[in-house]
Amino acid sequence: MQRRAILGYGAAGAGAVALMLFVGWWQVDGPGGPEPIGQRPVALTAMDFRLTDHEGNAVGPETLIGRPTMAFFGFTYCPDVCPTTLSDISGWLDDLGDEADEMNVVFITVDPERDTVETMAEYVGYFHPAIRGWTGPEEQIARVADGFHATYERVPTESGDYTMNHSASVFLFAASGRFVTMIDYHEPREFAVPKIRRALEEETEGAT
Amino acid sequence: MKKHILTGTLTALLTLGGLSVPALAGPEDVVVENAWSRASIGMNRPGAAYMTIRNTGDEPVTLIGLTTPLAMMPEIHETKTNAEGVSSMSPAGEIVIAPGESIALEPGGLHAMLMRLQEPMTEGDTFPLTLLFDDGGEVTVEVPILSIAARGPED
Repeated sequence: MQRRAILGYGAAGAGAVALMLFVGWWQVDGPGGPEPIGQRPVALTAMDFRLTDHEGNAVGPETLIGRPTMAFFGFTYCPDVCPTTLSDISGWLDDLGDEADEMNVVFITVDPERDTVETMAEYVGYFHPAIRGWTGPEEQIARVADGFHATYERVPTESGDYTMNHSASVFLFAASGRFVTMIDYHEPREFAVPKIRRALEEETEGAT
Repeated sequence: MKKHILTGTLTALLTLGGLSVPALAGPEDVVVENAWSRASIGMNRPGAAYMTIRNTGDEPVTLIGLTTPLAMMPEIHETKTNAEGVSSMSPAGEIVIAPGESIALEPGGLHAMLMRLQEPMTEGDTFPLTLLFDDGGEVTVEVPILSIAARGPED
């Protein structure tokens, strides 16, 4: 009798462990988790950097807490990927309409040598007005990239200039600062707006 | 005999088809469509142009380079994005287009990279871009300059 009870507890315990493992897998690697490949950023609340926005304001990760955030890396001397990403984002923001007013949209340069505050101001002026341009000292940019687990690298070109290889994904964070998901550069664009809505909804659900 | 007449007719039709394209000169088998580019900010940044290049002929064609009065170093480049989401860009080299096939120069892939601009690219203007082929043939297209935020030829 007693032995059967112990066996019963044991089976229940094993079941609970299996369930926890399953839930963990589901949330981290499974269909319940963020889809993208590659490393995920830490929460904005765990980041520490100081930059300047294109209007000269001091900004940091705390600037983004309280509203959902869409952030991405690039540089203004980038002829292909960056204008494409910026115009894609402008299009998504147009699709979202009023909802987009609730978001931070931040374009962070990986080329602070050429992308001064003034340069960023001129550049973002050509795209959706919600897009903010952030720049700062190289060591601060490096700290941002660390937090995002993003990479960038300076590469010389034949013309004697240089270009930047960089993470081209768009990162989405909830209002709490928690990382939600990312939009991969080669992902079909019709998936983007629903993903942004997911980040917006996390806010109203009071994400932990 | 009958077969020869048919082939001749087909060749004539293809030639006519080739001549009716917006290209100004060059191998009649090459058709360039939907050319567009984005306006630049000043002259310090490289520009990019996009288009579809179609080979309507029976032989492969090999695109070996570009020239334009707009830029001193125009070159076909390719953007690649790896599994970690990191984008990089490099010269694409020679591009062979098989008979009946086309290649797309489009955002995030192949593009005509316009290095060392000689003048700013102004929205509403056009510029001539010449495609050079390995048989010495050339095709020149007028590329419209659209907004810096344009997403495609229709914008």
